[in-house]
Amino acid sequence: MSSLSSPRLRAWALSAPALLLVVLFLLVPVFSTLATTFGDPEGPLATYATFFNSRLRMRVLWRTMEVAVITTVISVFIGFLTAWVVSRAPGRLKSLLIIAAVFPLLTGVVVRSFAWLIILGKNGILNDTLLWIGVISEPVSMLYTEGSVIVAMVYLFVPLMILTLVGVLEGIPQDMTDAAASLGARPAAAFRQVVLPMAVPGLIVGSVLVFTGSFTSYATPQLLGGERQMMMGTFLYQNAMVRFDWVAASTVAAIMVVVTLTTVILMSRLARKLNPVAG
Amino acid sequence: MKQRTHPALIAVALLTFVFLVGPLVIIIGTSLSDTSYLTFPPQGYTLHWYENIFDISAFRRTMVTSFTLAVGGTALSMLIGIPAAYALARYRVELPKFLGNVFVLPILIPEIVMGFSLMKSVAIGAGLPIMTSLLVGHALLVLPYCVRVTGASLNAFDFSIEDAAVSLGCPRWKAFFTVVLPNVKAGIIAGFILAFITSLNDVSVSIFLTGPGVSTLPIQLLAHMEQFFDPTIASVSVLLMFVTTAVMAIVERTLGLTFLTK
Repeated sequence: MSSLSSPRLRAWALSAPALLLVVLFLLVPVFSTLATTFGDPEGPLATYATFFNSRLRMRVLWRTMEVAVITTVISVFIGFLTAWVVSRAPGRLKSLLIIAAVFPLLTGVVVRSFAWLIILGKNGILNDTLLWIGVISEPVSMLYTEGSVIVAMVYLFVPLMILTLVGVLEGIPQDMTDAAASLGARPAAAFRQVVLPMAVPGLIVGSVLVFTGSFTSYATPQLLGGERQMMMGTFLYQNAMVRFDWVAASTVAAIMVVVTLTTVILMSRLARKLNPVAG
Repeated sequence: MKQRTHPALIAVALLTFVFLVGPLVIIIGTSLSDTSYLTFPPQGYTLHWYENIFDISAFRRTMVTSFTLAVGGTALSMLIGIPAAYALARYRVELPKFLGNVFVLPILIPEIVMGFSLMKSVAIGAGLPIMTSLLVGHALLVLPYCVRVTGASLNAFDFSIEDAAVSLGCPRWKAFFTVVLPNVKAGIIAGFILAFITSLNDVSVSIFLTGPGVSTLPIQLLAHMEQFFDPTIASVSVLLMFVTTAVMAIVERTLGLTFLTK
């Protein structure tokens, strides 16, 4: 059994290099980061006590939660309606719309956040337009607010939501909603009782992607939130590279890992439970 | 009887696409403006800001670094990812179930945590040179695409064809290159492209691993934005969008874009 012709050995030999990369350069470093948070001389949980007792740090955590939740809710809403229209569009138009959604998705996060700097800036397009119509009499500062971060985040994640949902909604045959309608269901009822249950798994996957993506983002809060709207990602970076407090940075990292993994695990359980196919 | 999509819904979708494409059009507009500040619509037109990209040595250098990393990191990741994906698809009984999930961990763990941890353990702890650390970081970052997207094609492949080749006397390695690989080409191209784009645009991992003299284009772009707010940033952005367009054209030609919604 120990010769190279053994399938088990061959299987392990083939996956070993990739496995080694993940273990050596992901698991070991990340675990060592997590481990340093428990090494405080004042007790294993001292750094967490410092974090959770600090009003400033808790505000960063809550702000990040808030931005991530609001971004997810808006993206679900816009993404679902748009994906529905895309999934029902005729062939050529559908490919065109999918290209229009994929293109921003493949454009980098720096470029896409930068666009909102031009739009929302003091001499930006939105201010210029509002001044021109006469809604405002002098430029309003819109940047470096929670709102500007959320707008840019929604911009970042709506394409992801659309693409996730188009695939799911395409799988709901027109016959189904037609059948519901012919049996007397009003559109709202057909939607609630036929479309929504079938779309739930897709909605959950999309929401997890958007929530974890915005919860852990760095470039967008850095550019559009600045120092004033510090979020977990920018806070981690600041602790690590500006203040050189690696233990504090590791604590932020640990909280980020716990929040994202909990979200992923809980939501995928929920998805399995609600999936009408798996029953 | 076909139900028509409600006009209000169509209006919402239309607005969404204006919202999605508008900002990118604005970037293109500002990159052509002959003013020294960012403005839209452009006052006059010039290509000066595009020349400027190549006049600034930091942009020239980081562009080369970014492309080297995207190609090198993806190639490295494919080199070890394809055999893993093959093993996962071929030897389902022999390998434990969780192994497939291990290769997706780089997506599951927040990128910024990954970047920070790599900096501490690999760049500083093990003292690897900056470029090597970046290469490892990017290979890790794109591994899920290399394993999963290639794996999707491999799962659909009928391995009895490979067995047939082997039983007819073809050496195993040769059967892999002449029978298996050509059949999963589409998956490999798709994986390569997603990985390449991910690596090219990465901020969260690179920002911890770049160091004196070595940086990547997105990081340089961020740094430039903090000091100057001129249309050069817009022209670099357009250049990056152009790369995206080229990549999408390749995808469209070879696979059709619908594979992205699957």
